[in-house]
Amino acid sequence: MAFEPTILGFLCNWCSYAGADLAGVSRIQYAPNIRIVRIMCSGRVDPIFITQAFLKGVDGIIVLGCHLGDCHYMDGNYEAEIKMAALIKLLKMADFSERFRLDWVSASEGSKFAQIINEFTEHIRKIGPSPFRNGALENGLVDEFKAITNSLSDNRLRALIARQRAITTKGNVYNEIIPKEEFDAILNTAIYDEFIRNKILVKIKNKGKSVPQISKEIDLEPHLILNHIVELRSKGLVDVEKIMETVPLFISTN
Amino acid sequence: MDNIGAVLVVGAGIGGSQASLDLADSGYKVYLLESTTSIGGVMAQLDKTFPTNDCSMCIVSPKLVETGRHENIDLHINCVIQEVQGEAGNFKVKILKKSLFIDPDRCTGCGLCGRKCPVEAIDHFNEGLSTFAAISAKYPQAVPLVYAIDKDYCIGCGICEGLCKAKAIQFDREDEILEVNVGSIILAPGFDEYIPDAANLYGYGKYKNVVTSIEFERILSASGPFGGKVLRLSDGLIPKKVAFIQCVGSRDCTGNSQPYCSSVCCMYTAKQAVIAHEHMHQIKPTIFSMDVRAYGKDFDKYILRAKNEYGVKYIRSRISSITEVPETKDLKIRYETEDGQILEDDFHMVVLSVGLNPPKDSKDLGEKFGIDLNEYNFAKTDIWNPVQTSKQGIFVCGAFQSPKDIPETVTQASAAAGCVNQLLYSQRDTLIKEKTLPPEIFVTGQDPRIGVFVCHCGFNIGGFVNVPEVTSYASTLPNVVMADHNLYTCSADTQIKIKEIIKEYSLNRVVIASCTPRTHEKLFQETIREAGLNRYLFQMANIRDQCSWVHMNQPEAATQKAKDLVRMAVNRVRNNYPIEKLKINVTPKTLIIGGGVTGLVAALNFANQEYETYLVEKEAELGGFARHIYHTLEGGDVQAQLKDLIEKVKSHKNIHVYTESEIENIDGYVGNFKTLVNHGSNKEKVELDHGVIIVATGAKEYKPKEYLFGENDKVILQSELEKQMATTDNLKDKKSIVMIQCVGSRNEEHPYCSKICCAEAIKNALLIKEKYPSCEVTILFRDIRTYGFKEKYYRMAREKGVIFIRYDEKYRPEINPEDSQLKIEVLTPRKDIININADLVVLSAGIVASHEENKKLGKLLKVPLNDDNFFLEAHVKLRPVDFATEGIFLAGLAHCPKTIEDSITQANAAVSRACKILSKEFLEVDGCTAEVDEESCVGCCVCVKLCPFNAIYKNESGTSSVNKVLCKACGLCGASCPENAIKIHHYTNEQILSIVNSCNEEISNGV
Repeated sequence: MAFEPTILGFLCNWCSYAGADLAGVSRIQYAPNIRIVRIMCSGRVDPIFITQAFLKGVDGIIVLGCHLGDCHYMDGNYEAEIKMAALIKLLKMADFSERFRLDWVSASEGSKFAQIINEFTEHIRKIGPSPFRNGALENGLVDEFKAITNSLSDNRLRALIARQRAITTKGNVYNEIIPKEEFDAILNTAIYDEFIRNKILVKIKNKGKSVPQISKEIDLEPHLILNHIVELRSKGLVDVEKIMETVPLFISTN
Repeated sequence: MDNIGAVLVVGAGIGGSQASLDLADSGYKVYLLESTTSIGGVMAQLDKTFPTNDCSMCIVSPKLVETGRHENIDLHINCVIQEVQGEAGNFKVKILKKSLFIDPDRCTGCGLCGRKCPVEAIDHFNEGLSTFAAISAKYPQAVPLVYAIDKDYCIGCGICEGLCKAKAIQFDREDEILEVNVGSIILAPGFDEYIPDAANLYGYGKYKNVVTSIEFERILSASGPFGGKVLRLSDGLIPKKVAFIQCVGSRDCTGNSQPYCSSVCCMYTAKQAVIAHEHMHQIKPTIFSMDVRAYGKDFDKYILRAKNEYGVKYIRSRISSITEVPETKDLKIRYETEDGQILEDDFHMVVLSVGLNPPKDSKDLGEKFGIDLNEYNFAKTDIWNPVQTSKQGIFVCGAFQSPKDIPETVTQASAAAGCVNQLLYSQRDTLIKEKTLPPEIFVTGQDPRIGVFVCHCGFNIGGFVNVPEVTSYASTLPNVVMADHNLYTCSADTQIKIKEIIKEYSLNRVVIASCTPRTHEKLFQETIREAGLNRYLFQMANIRDQCSWVHMNQPEAATQKAKDLVRMAVNRVRNNYPIEKLKINVTPKTLIIGGGVTGLVAALNFANQEYETYLVEKEAELGGFARHIYHTLEGGDVQAQLKDLIEKVKSHKNIHVYTESEIENIDGYVGNFKTLVNHGSNKEKVELDHGVIIVATGAKEYKPKEYLFGENDKVILQSELEKQMATTDNLKDKKSIVMIQCVGSRNEEHPYCSKICCAEAIKNALLIKEKYPSCEVTILFRDIRTYGFKEKYYRMAREKGVIFIRYDEKYRPEINPEDSQLKIEVLTPRKDIININADLVVLSAGIVASHEENKKLGKLLKVPLNDDNFFLEAHVKLRPVDFATEGIFLAGLAHCPKTIEDSITQANAAVSRACKILSKEFLEVDGCTAEVDEESCVGCCVCVKLCPFNAIYKNESGTSSVNKVLCKACGLCGASCPENAIKIHHYTNEQILSIVNSCNEEISNGV
C-alpha cells in the first residue's frame, strides 16, 4: 500500500481554524491526511508538543496562526513565530525540520488553507514515513529527539525564547533594546549548547562514560565535551560515577 | 406610564450588533431587526480593514456569532418596520417579518438545498460577480446560518423540499407581524453605496473593466468570486496597471452625486491599492485624488506606507474622461495635473471609489420614526449629542448619522447604548430571562463514562462518511458507555434526547461529532449543563466542516478520518475535568481621570444612572481644551454649553469633583480598583474605591518652534485668533490675513494629522469674512480635510472669497518681516513663487499628546501608548474605547486628535462599555484560565512580562499569581514558562497531548 502520511495541525481558533471551516463550507477538497488540534492561540503551542508528536511517529506537523498583526490576543502569533523558529533550529540539528511548517491562515482564506495542506501533505509524502513509525531506531535519532525535547523543556531556552521579543523590540530592564542579530547570536549559542548538553545527558543516563567515549558517540572534540561536562556538573546534573585508573566515568544524576 | 427595559435596534451591521451586545450585556432585552437575511452588514463583505490590514471576517465573525447566540437578543431577519407609536420610555413598534419560505428554527444551514437548486440567481453579497442559487444563505459564515428562498428567482420546482431532511422548507409559509414594546430605539440601518448613473463619465456599466470599490472589495476577498485573485472582468487576466478614481459620487454637485465628503474613501482606496499589490505583486496601483483625507488615528502613516513600501502612485487630479480602447478593453484616462498639463494614460482596470449615500429608505425611516433628516437625508443630530435624533428616546449610530468608518460606527453604537442606559437604567434586568440550572453532578474521582453522539447532519456528513460505522467504532473505545447517531444533533428534539441519555446512562463526559465548535460548542455545552454536567466535560469532533465536506470524493478516507477525530475527542474528554465559574464583587462607582468635555459628559451620564462618580482634574478649573474654543464650525456656542455642563456636574449629588488633583497610585482590577489621589494645593491624600476607570486626560495644543512664533507678535495661533475675535475688535483694520496649516502636524516629529485644524481655519476664515468682508484671507494648506458634512463650509469659504493655496511639504512657506507687515513666500503647485503681504499670520497648530503625563499614567494603569504618545486602545477597529486591560476605558483627545463631537461620542461609548460591568452585582468569570503552581514557580516573572492582558502579577510570597478575572486563557504563559509551572485550564499539556498521542492508531505505538 502506498504511504499515507499522518499530518498533525495545530490551528488557532480565531483565524486558522475558522479558515479551515471556511474551506469546508466552500467545499474545497483537500488531502484527508490532516488531523487538526484546535487551540485558542498559536502562542499556546509549546514546542515540546511538536517533539512529542514526532516521537509518537507523526510524519508531519503544521502550526497555523492568525496573520502577524491579526492575533486575537494581541501578539500571541509573534511569540509563536519566535518559539517555532527556535524549534526549527533544534529540529535542523536532527535533520528533521523538513517535517515541520509554520504558516498563517486567516478566517477568509479557506482556499489558502486547502492549498497549504495539499502542498504540505505532498511534501511529506515525498520525504517518506517518519523514522519513528513503528518503534524505536538504532541510529541514535531517538537520543537526539530526547535531547531536543529536554532542551525545550529546560528553563534556559524557555526563558530566552520568552523574553526575546520584548528585549529586541521594547527594551530590557535597562530600557535598552538589544539588536535582533545580537540576541540571535546569544540564543543560537544557547540552543547549540543545550542540545549538546542534553545529548550528553541522554548518552550517560544509565551508564557512566568517559570524555573520549562521549566524544566519539556524539562526534565532538573531547575538550569541548569536557567544557560541557563541567557546566553540567556545576548544575548538579552530572557526577563522577567511578574512576577507572586514569579514566573518570561521568553519569547523569537523573 | 412605566419605562420599558427593552430596546429595539434597527439594522444588524457592525453598529447594530455592537449596540445590541452592549445593551444585552447590561441587562436589557434587545430586539435586533435586520432587513436582509443575515447580520454583519458591509463589514462582513470587506476583505481587509485599514489601517491595520486586519482580516475583516476574522475580527467580525466572533462578534456576529456572539450576537446571534446572546440570550438577551431576539434576532429577527428579513424585517420591515411598519409602524411606530409612543414616546421615550415606551414605544410600540409593529414589524413585518417577511417569509423566508423556510422555517428558520428547523433549518440547520447545511446548504444542501442551495447546492441542488437548478436556478442560478445573482449573489448580492458578492456584488453580482458570481452566482448563487435562488435558495441561499447570504454568505458562507452567515449569522444566523439560515437559508431563504428568493421568490424573485425561484421557479417553484420543489426539489429543495424533497431534499431537506430537516423538513424546513415551507412554500406556504406566510409573512408574520411582530409587535414589540420597547423603552428606546437605536437606528443603525447603515448606508447605501453610490452607484454611478447611466450618464456617468467613468464608463461604469458601459466598460467591463470599470468596477466600483465595493465590487473590487469582493474581488480582493479570499472568499470572493475569484478566491482573492485580482482579475479583470473582460478577460479574466491580472490587470497590471490599476487606476483608482477617488470622490466618485462625493464632493460633486453634478448629476446624482453628493456634495458632501464620504469620509472613508481616501483610506479604503489606499487599503485596496495596498492589498491588491499584496495579493498580486504584478499590480501597480495609481490613485487619482483631490485632497487625501487621512485624518484618523495612524491614517497618514498608512498613506506613507502605501506610497513608500507598496509603490502606490498618487496623482492629484480630477479626471476629465475615461474611454475604452476597443481592441484591448483597456481604459484611457485623460486628466489634468495640478501644474496645468493635460495627460493621458492607459490602465488595465479602473476602480471607482464610490461614496456613501444615506440608506435608500431613509425618508421612509424618518417618517415612520418621526425623526428629522438633514439636508442630505441622513439622520439629523446635534454636535452636543451626536447620537440623539430629533425625537427623545430614539438614537442613531453609524453611517445613517453621517458617512463614517468602522471604529467610528462602533464607537457611536456604544455611545447610543450609553444614552439608552441613561434613559432606562431603572428598568435593567426587568425583562431578561434568568435561567435556573440544576446543581452540577459531582464527577471528580469517578471513572469516565463517556457518551458519543455522531451527527448525520442530514446528507452533509452521512452522505460521505459512514456514520453508523463511526458510531459503532466509537462504542468500542475505552470508557465509552454509549454511542448513538442522530439525523441532526443540533435540533431541539435531539437536545432533549441528549439530556435524557445523560441521565439514563449516568454519563459524566460527552463527545459530539458533528460540525464546528466555533458555532455549536456553546449550544451543546449549555445542553449538558442543563443535564447537570459541568460545561467542560465536553468535547467536539469536527467531522463536517473539516472532514465530510472537504473529502467528498474519498468516502473511505473520510470515514477513517472521522473515526480518528472521534477517537482523539474521546481521548481528550477523558482528560477533561470540571471548571468552576468565579464570582467577584463589583464596586458600583466610577473614576474619571480628566475634567474636560469628555470627562464631564461621562461623569454626568454615570451620575444620572445613580453611579457614584469621582472626577479627578489636574487643573484648578474644569473644562480642559474646550475652554479655548468659542464656536464650532457649525456655529454652536461652545462656552455657553461648557458652562452649563460644568454647572450640572458640580451640582450633581452623585459626582465628587477633585480639581488640582493628581493620581498617585492605582491598585486592583476590574470591579475593584483602589486609587490614591493627591488633592488640592496642600496635597491632601484621598483614597477612592471604584469598579471602573475612564481615561479622559485630553491633549495639548502644539507650541510652534517654526514660522517666527514667539518672536514676532504678528504670528499667532488659531486659538488666539479665535479669542481675539470673540472678545476684542483687534482685527478691524487688518487688510490681509494668512493662515498656515499643518503646523506641528504631519511632519517627522508628529507624523499624524490633527484632524481639527482644517475645520478651525475655515471656521475662523468665515468669521473674518463675515465681520470684516474687505479683509483678504489666504489659507496655505497641504490637503483640506473637511470630511463629511464639513465639506459644505469649505465650499462656502471659497465662495466667500477665501483664497486656498496648496504648498508642498518639502517647500514650506517662508515668513520674512518687512516694515510693519510680514511677507510670505510660497511655492504653488504650478511651480510659481508668489509673495503675499500679511498683517497677521495665523498658525494652525496641531494637537500633541501630553507625553510625560501619559507615560506616567500609562505605567500606573499598565496600559500602552502608541508611537505618538496617545493611549492605545484594545483593538483599533472593534474595541475603540476599551483598553486590553478590563475595566479601563479611553475617551477623548487622550486617544487621538478629534472634534468635540467625537469626544462626546467616545465619552458616552466608554460609559456604555463600563455599564456592562457596573450593572452587575457580581462579575461571573469563566474559570477556564491560567493557574500558577506556586510550588514549581521560581518567581522569574517571565509570565508577568509576557501576559498581554496584565493578568499575572508577582504575589507577596514572590511567586507569580494569575488574576482570573483578567486572564483570557490564550495560553501564552503556559507555553513559555521556563519552569513549566503554569497550567492552562481546559488546555493543559496533558489534554493537548492526549489528542496528539491518539491521532493515529497505527502509529500510536511509536516511541
